[in-house]
Amino acid sequence: MSDFTNPVEPFLRTDRMPHIWCPGCGIGTTVNCFARALIESKIDLESLALVSGIGCTGRVAGYVKLDSFHTTHGRAIPFATGLKLANPKLNVVVYSGDGDLSAIGGNHLIHAARRNIDLKVICVNNLIYAMTGGQTAPTTPSHAITSTSPYGSCEPAFNLPHLVEAAGAVYVARWTTFHVRQLARSIAEAFNKKGFSFIEVISPCPTLFQRRNKLGDGLDTMKYYKEKSKVKHGAPTSEVGMTMTGEIIVGKFVDRDRPDYQTMARAQLAESLGDRFVEQAEMVCS
Amino acid sequence: MKADPRGVLTGVHFLDGDHACCEGALAAGARFAAGYPITPSTEVVERFAARVPTVGGTFIQMEDELAASITLQGAVWGGAKAFTVTSGPGFSLMMEHIGYAAMTETPCVFVDVQRGGPSTGLPTLPAQADMMQARWGSHGDYEIIALCPNSPQECFDLTIKAFNLAEEFRVPVMFMMDEVVGHMTEKVVIPPADQIEVVPRRHTRKPLGEYLPYQTNGDMVPEIAHAGEGYKFHITGLTHDERGYPNMTPQVQDKLVRRLQNKIRNAADRIALYEEENLQDAEVVVVSYGITSRVAQRAIEMARAKKLPVGKLRLITAWPFPETKIRELSAYVKAFVVPELNLGQMVHEVERAAAGKARTFAVPHAGGSVHHPEDILKAIVEASR
Amino acid sequence: MVERCKACGFCVEFCPTKVLALSSAFNSKGYHPPHVVNPEKCSGCDLCGMYCPDFAIYGYKLPNAAPQKGVPDEG
Repeated sequence: MSDFTNPVEPFLRTDRMPHIWCPGCGIGTTVNCFARALIESKIDLESLALVSGIGCTGRVAGYVKLDSFHTTHGRAIPFATGLKLANPKLNVVVYSGDGDLSAIGGNHLIHAARRNIDLKVICVNNLIYAMTGGQTAPTTPSHAITSTSPYGSCEPAFNLPHLVEAAGAVYVARWTTFHVRQLARSIAEAFNKKGFSFIEVISPCPTLFQRRNKLGDGLDTMKYYKEKSKVKHGAPTSEVGMTMTGEIIVGKFVDRDRPDYQTMARAQLAESLGDRFVEQAEMVCS
Repeated sequence: MKADPRGVLTGVHFLDGDHACCEGALAAGARFAAGYPITPSTEVVERFAARVPTVGGTFIQMEDELAASITLQGAVWGGAKAFTVTSGPGFSLMMEHIGYAAMTETPCVFVDVQRGGPSTGLPTLPAQADMMQARWGSHGDYEIIALCPNSPQECFDLTIKAFNLAEEFRVPVMFMMDEVVGHMTEKVVIPPADQIEVVPRRHTRKPLGEYLPYQTNGDMVPEIAHAGEGYKFHITGLTHDERGYPNMTPQVQDKLVRRLQNKIRNAADRIALYEEENLQDAEVVVVSYGITSRVAQRAIEMARAKKLPVGKLRLITAWPFPETKIRELSAYVKAFVVPELNLGQMVHEVERAAAGKARTFAVPHAGGSVHHPEDILKAIVEASR
Repeated sequence: MVERCKACGFCVEFCPTKVLALSSAFNSKGYHPPHVVNPEKCSGCDLCGMYCPDFAIYGYKLPNAAPQKGVPDEG
């Protein structure tokens, strides 16, 4: 081995490689971008905690060499909320999938955005429940074939950037796994932002989404991303909804400032309690 | 170690059980609670929300009980002592995370102020019908500890005990109050902080690189690390090995699940807390807990006035069930009488431990009020025949 | 690292200078990992490394030397 190592290597639990993700799955690509963002932002890795829910993307927590928590289905955000509130010095990243974050965890997603908890949420959206075998997700485009919509899904899909912007997120971006440099830059940007940041990454699930819908393999999907993505920074999120094979609007949609939850809580308590307010000490109950 | 004096409201107070529970949590060192409003438990977190910013800590009201019951666990891994508070319908939602706490060995406390069920049931009225749910409510094999206070004073004292047991065994502890105990107001004596014993977290002292999150020594309880300390550990609800890594083999499953079970079961006699009276000459023993034990007390006094040889066994720990004690008693008593505010839950445990050596009489009650002492007396009389 | 490869083809397709091609060789899982066909064209941009979902390849610039791909060594 040369002195030059893969930049992602120091961030991985290499004793757990190879990972379980399918050939052509994009989740590993997002992890590369995450690793580059960590390098670029020079973030202290000891202060970094990563929280995942359940599903294919939920396995990220098990592969990164960080304090990492693989929680229950849909509950990565509330777990991360507790972690962040108990130790505000931590940088807390939530890394999970579309079904986990927006269906079973949808309530937590909108409320964390509303409270503006200082969390960086990376949502890998493969348009389907992959780990369980390809069932319809809230993000599945209308008419797509899934194992639970064998005749095509009749439901409209969630437009996640629109949802989280409306709920109050301070930073909202969307990229595909084709946009590796842009994605890495977005993640690094979110690290420099205090408050609820949400980065959606559209990613192939060749085994279950593309195959069932006759859309080719992972590479075909990447070529589709390359061809059909339009970068529109600042695009109104109401206009970035996706269809099966149509245009994908990507870019940084929202970048605004408002006080995060802990800043607001401290200000409110200090104002109401005056001298009686006691700052939360470092929680070391050992 | 001794309690942090900042959280201890030393003095003589007139408090209801809910408020006393909150003071117990603060005295035990809890500096984090996540909750969701539900009658008749909300007063615990209402008081905590008012008190904790004056001692340094956090309360957050979450969007539902699913969130509250995992937010507190995030806080534990961030270094806090943390708890949540609920009643039946919310307790049902929290089952998912009681399982997660058991699997990940997250020390924490779940307070359940029981009301009548099933479903929305009787929001403002008492029951003791969540006792089996507390033990078995989440899926899979696991063990928990459950305590049952019968007065506001015990709501204070035993909440501290609940936190201490949670830390000692790295297990979720269920604090099984009921509506009457939660809402009754009595004298509560809070001692000075230096008279309150608090169990510290089993925090690892191992150097970075040598720590494995689920490596255990003789006592079967692993050491814990907190996020942000450099250990770069992994925690999962999947079956995991000593490194905390997922492992789907029957061998690792067997080793892990047996340890989760045995770390409590093997210590059951040490954990067991109960109050006893007149057991030496008893032919009939009334086994009760929580608010029902106070009604049973009256029935026992009435029976003894009739010269019936009745003894009292009040369960303070419901889980692990103190079966050794029941087994000992069943060697010489004729019968057990088990009144409870449900249609038969802990009575099955009494019956199991008695193993046919003594008869068991249930005194069921669907909840909504407490028993009439006469109903318990009637059962005592029948059992004495 | 070659053993991690699942032959998705991302690195081959998106290499800006077309340095790579999937080889006819198999790794132990039965996939065809890429190999370097145009070493002189590699700019060391590491786009292959950013795309590779299996953490099996990366690019780097050698000081005072031609840029290299990190895949071909079989370690």
